[in-house]
Amino acid sequence: MQGRRNVYWQLARAGFRRESHYLLAAFAGLLTNVVFGFIKAAILLAAVGSGNVGGYTTASMSAYVWVSQGLLGAIQLSGLAEIGDRIRTGDVAVDFIRPVDMQAAHLATDMGRGTFSLIPRGVPSVLVGAITVGLALPTSVMPYLLGVLSIALGVAISFLGRFALNLAGFWIVETRGLRVLYMVVSTFLAGLFVPVGLFPSWLARIALATPFPSILQTPVDVITGRVTGIAAVEVVGRQLFWVAVTCLVGRAVALAGRRKLEIQGG
Amino acid sequence: MSRTRRRFDPYLAVISSRIRAQRSYPVSFRLDMLGALAVGVTEFAEVWVIFAKVGVLGGLNFHAILLVFGLSNLAFSSADMVAGHLDRIPEYIRQGTLDVFYLRPQSVLAQLMTSDFELRRVARIAFSGVILSFGFALGGIHWNVRVVALVVLTYACGVAIFAGIFVCAGSLQFFLINGAELTNSFTYGGSYAASQPASLFPNPLKLFFGYLAPVVFTGYLPTLAILRLPGPAGLPSWLAWCSPLAAAWVWILASGLWRLGIRHYQGGGG
Repeated sequence: MQGRRNVYWQLARAGFRRESHYLLAAFAGLLTNVVFGFIKAAILLAAVGSGNVGGYTTASMSAYVWVSQGLLGAIQLSGLAEIGDRIRTGDVAVDFIRPVDMQAAHLATDMGRGTFSLIPRGVPSVLVGAITVGLALPTSVMPYLLGVLSIALGVAISFLGRFALNLAGFWIVETRGLRVLYMVVSTFLAGLFVPVGLFPSWLARIALATPFPSILQTPVDVITGRVTGIAAVEVVGRQLFWVAVTCLVGRAVALAGRRKLEIQGG
Repeated sequence: MSRTRRRFDPYLAVISSRIRAQRSYPVSFRLDMLGALAVGVTEFAEVWVIFAKVGVLGGLNFHAILLVFGLSNLAFSSADMVAGHLDRIPEYIRQGTLDVFYLRPQSVLAQLMTSDFELRRVARIAFSGVILSFGFALGGIHWNVRVVALVVLTYACGVAIFAGIFVCAGSLQFFLINGAELTNSFTYGGSYAASQPASLFPNPLKLFFGYLAPVVFTGYLPTLAILRLPGPAGLPSWLAWCSPLAAAWVWILASGLWRLGIRHYQGGGG
């Protein structure tokens, strides 16, 4: 058991280290996040200035914009997951015979990757916001502790969702359309461009029935102190629920896919 | 006539084979169409959610933003059809398959642009067209020759501007490693910026998207000119008529960068 846990820890560290070699790519990602962040900030701050917008103030909206841009590298909503490629090339057969759990192994690597990306992409993004407009960030410790947990859960849900989605490759030749569909719907409902608090109530209800707000909006709300106390614990609990759901769906689909899989050659 | 036709025959053959290839996997093809449509729908939803909340933003009301979104997105999605696949250059460079394009007796850029024809992108063009029609119908526009001329000019130059931006982004891939995400900030970022009221932008963004990567010419400025609204400081609405200049600027930049790029390329070895 001890050895088992060690494997996943090593995989997470490997994911962290691998990501640390692509510093130029991380910088490129940061620059893109910042450009989009400026556009997003310009529009949302103007909206805050012209009416009551979901209880946001200039400082709290700015915190939403720059923290959400900063988390983008870690949660990677692009719809891509390595497993998709491995199914197409047949490498997934090797994954199935490894003495580690396939889903957990990929999850560990992705958590490592996500953790590293917070350094070159998360922190600078928040700094940009702090310098340009100023952010409203909590002054007590609790939101940060809970916030870190919430970010980790968000990264996990994002990965587990993409993992399950990419398993569609067992049945469909080209999953690009499905991935694009997933990417746009998930980024929108996660509250990437407009916070979920600004959605009309029917749309907010739809969003909350999906795991997507738990990927981005919840971590942002918790760490910026927009949601505090019992309410914060409640939304983190909801994240745990979605971790369980996406995990189980992924496992069920992987099991079905394993039966379907045929590998040529040998 | 027959000589020019023969010149384009190879390109047409590639494009028609690409179309046939996409249609031979019906499930993937339908999902592709749906995905492309969803991109347009959610981009519009982002704009709509904010306007539903505040009514007027940056001097534009919802009907005006329909025009901004429709015009700019129609131009972007059309340009995406022609040149969007240039963002695959990093992949060609990494795999060394770009060398093949150099060997053929045709222009590398023309080959790359015609190397693919993604039918799914039609879905997004159609969606922008629908939004634009709503904008035309609801905007209270005084239709006359001036407005029609402006719309036609805007569309033609808008496609040229976005296609030129794609070529600039593609050229930079020769110098960057894994640089597609960097250039996304002015290709997809440009499209995002183009669909918003530019009057809200801080000055550096106004300068960047107004004059350097001049996407405000594709939606925001012409909307001001059509509705006879005044522009913000630095972006007067009569500038809308200067979109050919903006397109020319982008293409001067694009052809310069492209020439530098293909000369810089060292080949995949082997």
